[in-house]
Amino acid sequence: MKSLADLERVRLEAQERMRLRESGASSKLTVAMGTCGIAAGARDTLAALLDEIAKRRLAHVHVVQTGCVGLCEYEPLVEVTLAGQDKVTYTYVNAERARQIIARHVVNGQIIGEWVLARS
Amino acid sequence: MEELALHVLDLIQNSLEAGARHLVLTVVEDRAQGVLTVQLLDDGRGMEAATQQRVFDPFFTSRTTRRVGLGLPLLRATAEATGGLAELASRPGEGTRVQVVVYTRHIDCPPLGDLALTVAVSVAANPQVEFCYTHTVDGRSMEFDTAELRSQLAEVPLSDPAVYQWMLAFLREELSKLYGGAKCNEIPSRS
Repeated sequence: MKSLADLERVRLEAQERMRLRESGASSKLTVAMGTCGIAAGARDTLAALLDEIAKRRLAHVHVVQTGCVGLCEYEPLVEVTLAGQDKVTYTYVNAERARQIIARHVVNGQIIGEWVLARS
Repeated sequence: MEELALHVLDLIQNSLEAGARHLVLTVVEDRAQGVLTVQLLDDGRGMEAATQQRVFDPFFTSRTTRRVGLGLPLLRATAEATGGLAELASRPGEGTRVQVVVYTRHIDCPPLGDLALTVAVSVAANPQVEFCYTHTVDGRSMEFDTAELRSQLAEVPLSDPAVYQWMLAFLREELSKLYGGAKCNEIPSRS
């Protein structure tokens, strides 16, 4: 699916998802992408999150990046903010953990306690 | 950093942190000469001359979360280890340009790495930023411009996960064509 014609199909499908999706309530995943995060593998973390969201067609989940948050020793870090809930910060989020966080926390609402740095 | 593409990701993050809305990434490789140049241009807030003189100092950073800033010093160390260079030019209020030259045949030159992934994740996580990326190998070029994608996608944002998948597949295919169709995990057959 690499041509511009394919992109048109992607657009139509995305439009359809946007219509179906219920109002407002969106969730946010923030990946720390400072030099420390990148060196620890944050690009693969971000890619795994985007890939898992695409596979599961989670149109209400947004992934954004931020810089160094001063917790370099715990990188890669991912903050999960579900609609109407407190922020949860996960540590050492490699691609495998990223996929688990989508499946268990974002989809099923179960916080994975042993990977959590802090809840604020 | 294990890949030049990760240094590029780091530079992109610097530009975003400087409030850039437009990024222009230009990569040119001449395989006969063994020279690779990378240039990233942004329209972020830029910096004064005094700051510019210190950005390659690992004990200088504008951030307050910690007291070291390793991105540019590591990039310069990588480039200089191959006999190349890393330079920065900036004007306050106008933007910043970072230029890197590496000599790819030097044993200390890291691989280019997954530049398609670097660009695709950067666009997907920053859909409001306009991104223009051109890559030239031995005189043949490819161009990727979010302004064009944006007009074709209409109200669908560049952050849509299916759009991300398309961008990644598109960039990987275009880069693979530029590099003669070889995939990095394939051993070329003798013919």
